[in-house]
Amino acid sequence: MSKHLSDGFYQDMKKLEPHYPTKVALLLPALHRAQEEYGWLPPEVLDEIGIYIDIHPAQVREVASFYTMYNLKPVGKHHLKICTNVACSLMGADELVEYCEKRLGVRCGETTADRKFTLNEEECLGACGTAPAMMLGDDYHENLDTESLGEILDRLEK
Amino acid sequence: MALSAHAGSETLYIQHFGNEEARGLQYYLKQMNGYSALKKAFALKPDQVIDEVKKSNLRGRGGAGFPSGVKWSFIPKTSDKPKYLVCNADESEPGTFKDRDLMRYTPHLLIEGMVIAAYAIGAKHGYIYIRGEYAREAKLLDLALEEARQAGYLGSNIQGSGFQFDLTVHRGAGAYICGEETGLLNSLEGKRGEPRVKPPFPATWGAFGSPTVVNNVETLCAVPFILQRGGEWYAKLGKLPNSGGTRLFCVSGHVKKPGLYELPAGAVTLRELIYDYCGGILDDRKLRAVIPGGSSAPVLTPDEIDVVLDIDPLMKIGSMLGSAGVMVIHDGCDLVRLIYRITKFYEHESCGQCTPCREGCRWMANIFKRILDGKGRLEDLDLLLDIANNINQKTLCALGDAAAGPVKSFVTKFRSDFEARIRG
Repeated sequence: MSKHLSDGFYQDMKKLEPHYPTKVALLLPALHRAQEEYGWLPPEVLDEIGIYIDIHPAQVREVASFYTMYNLKPVGKHHLKICTNVACSLMGADELVEYCEKRLGVRCGETTADRKFTLNEEECLGACGTAPAMMLGDDYHENLDTESLGEILDRLEK
Repeated sequence: MALSAHAGSETLYIQHFGNEEARGLQYYLKQMNGYSALKKAFALKPDQVIDEVKKSNLRGRGGAGFPSGVKWSFIPKTSDKPKYLVCNADESEPGTFKDRDLMRYTPHLLIEGMVIAAYAIGAKHGYIYIRGEYAREAKLLDLALEEARQAGYLGSNIQGSGFQFDLTVHRGAGAYICGEETGLLNSLEGKRGEPRVKPPFPATWGAFGSPTVVNNVETLCAVPFILQRGGEWYAKLGKLPNSGGTRLFCVSGHVKKPGLYELPAGAVTLRELIYDYCGGILDDRKLRAVIPGGSSAPVLTPDEIDVVLDIDPLMKIGSMLGSAGVMVIHDGCDLVRLIYRITKFYEHESCGQCTPCREGCRWMANIFKRILDGKGRLEDLDLLLDIANNINQKTLCALGDAAAGPVKSFVTKFRSDFEARIRG
C-alpha cells in the first residue's frame, strides 16, 4: 500500500508515543495531525492511521465519526463555523448565518462551488462573553456583526 | 469584555487576564510568587496536602461542586497500578468561558496546581484534556509546559524533591459529552467519548484502567493559593460555611457589560451581579429570564433573582450554579425559540447510548419545532413534561438531566408563552 501521510506525521507521532501507555490513545492526536496535512480525512488516510496504530479500519471510522471537528468530507479552503448556541443567538448569530448564506450562496453545511468556503453552524465555542463568535481555521473571531464579518469575508475573497 | 471584582475583596485570577505577559514563567515567578506553593507542598506529606485542600472547602468548579479534597482522598493508597491526574479543560457547557482565560493568561498556575495535586495523589503523569476548538490555548499550554520542564518544575526529580511528574496536552475534537468525566476518559484513551457505567468510579478505574482524579481547570488553579496561604484562609474567602474561595462568573447575553467577574463564593445575589456589576439589562429593557449555570441549569424568572449565587442556594430553589455560566435574557427574546435551540443542542450532543436521552431529546426538539411552525397542540406541553420526566435520572450520565431540566423549567415557568404561541 502506498503511503499518504508524510514523514513529518510519523515523526510527530513517534514523539507523542511515550506520553501514553497505549498506542490507541494516539488516535485523536493522529486524526488531528493528519487533518492538518489534508484539510480533511480521506478514506485512505483513515486506513493508514489504522495500520499505524494497529487497529481495524472500522475502529478508526467509528471514532472519527463521533467528533464534529474531523472532516470526513472535503471542506472549502476557509471553513466558517458560526456559533448559534444560546449566548451567540441572543446576540444576533442568526443574522450572521443568514448574511453568510446570502453572500456565499450556500446553506449551512455546504461548500461553495469554487471550494473556497464551507459554512457551518457550530455549538458553543466558549466565547459567550464576546458573542457572537465564529471559528475560522484555528482562530476565533468575536463580538461580530454583519459589518465585521463582511470585512473578514472581503479579506478572504481577495 | 468587562473584567471586574467585588469591592474590597481579593481576587486571585482576574487581574492577570488580558495581560499577555502573564502567561510567561518569569511573570509567574515574580508577580505571582509562582511555584512557591509547590515547595510548601513538598515539605508536607501527601496526606497533609489533601487535608489542607479539605480545609479550604474548595468545591469542583466544573459543575458538580464536589469537595475537591474528598475527591483526592478516594484514590487508593495501596494500588500498584500507575495513577493519573487529568485536567478537564473541555469547557463545553454553553455559557461558560472562564477556563479559556485561565489557560491563556495563567497557564503556570494550572501547571503548579497539577503538580501539587499529582504529588497529593501519587500520580507520575497527567493530561490536560482541552476541547479541540481551543487550538490556540493548547499551543500556549504546550509552550508553558516546555518552560516548566526547562526550569525543573516538571519532569524527574522536580526541584530536588525526588518527585517525578509530567504533563501532556490532549486535544478533544468537538463533542460536548467529553466534558463528562468518563466520556472524557474514553476520549483520552482513543475511543468514542461515551460515558461509562458507574461504578466503578474514576478513583478506582479511570484513565487506562488506573486510579484517576479528574478536576476542572479553575479547581486546579485554586490549589497553589491554598498551599501558599492555607486552607483556612481560602475557606474564609467564601461567604458561606461550606464553599470556599472566589468564583469566576461568566456573564453573557443581554447585559450591558458581559464578561468574567471574579467574586467571593456566595457573596452576591444574582440581582446584584446583573444590575450592580454588569450594568443592568441591555438597551434598558426588562429582564425576562436568567439561566444561572450553563444551559443545563433550569431557568429562573425575574422573581427568583434574589437568590445568593452559590452551589447550595441555587440547588435549594431547583436550579444549579453548574459552571457559573450566567446567561441573561431580556423581554425581546422569543423563549419558545430559545428552548428549541437549547434542546437541539442536547439532541445533537447526546452520545446515543441511552434510549431515553437519544430518543427523548429528538422528540422534545421535534415538538418545539412543531409549536414554532404553528402546528402545536395544547396537550404538547404536558407531553413535553412527560418526556422530560422520562429522561431525567434514567440515563448513564448527566446529559439526560441536563436536557430535561431546561425543558421542564421553561415549559412550567413560562407556560403562557407556549400557550399563546400554540393558540396563534
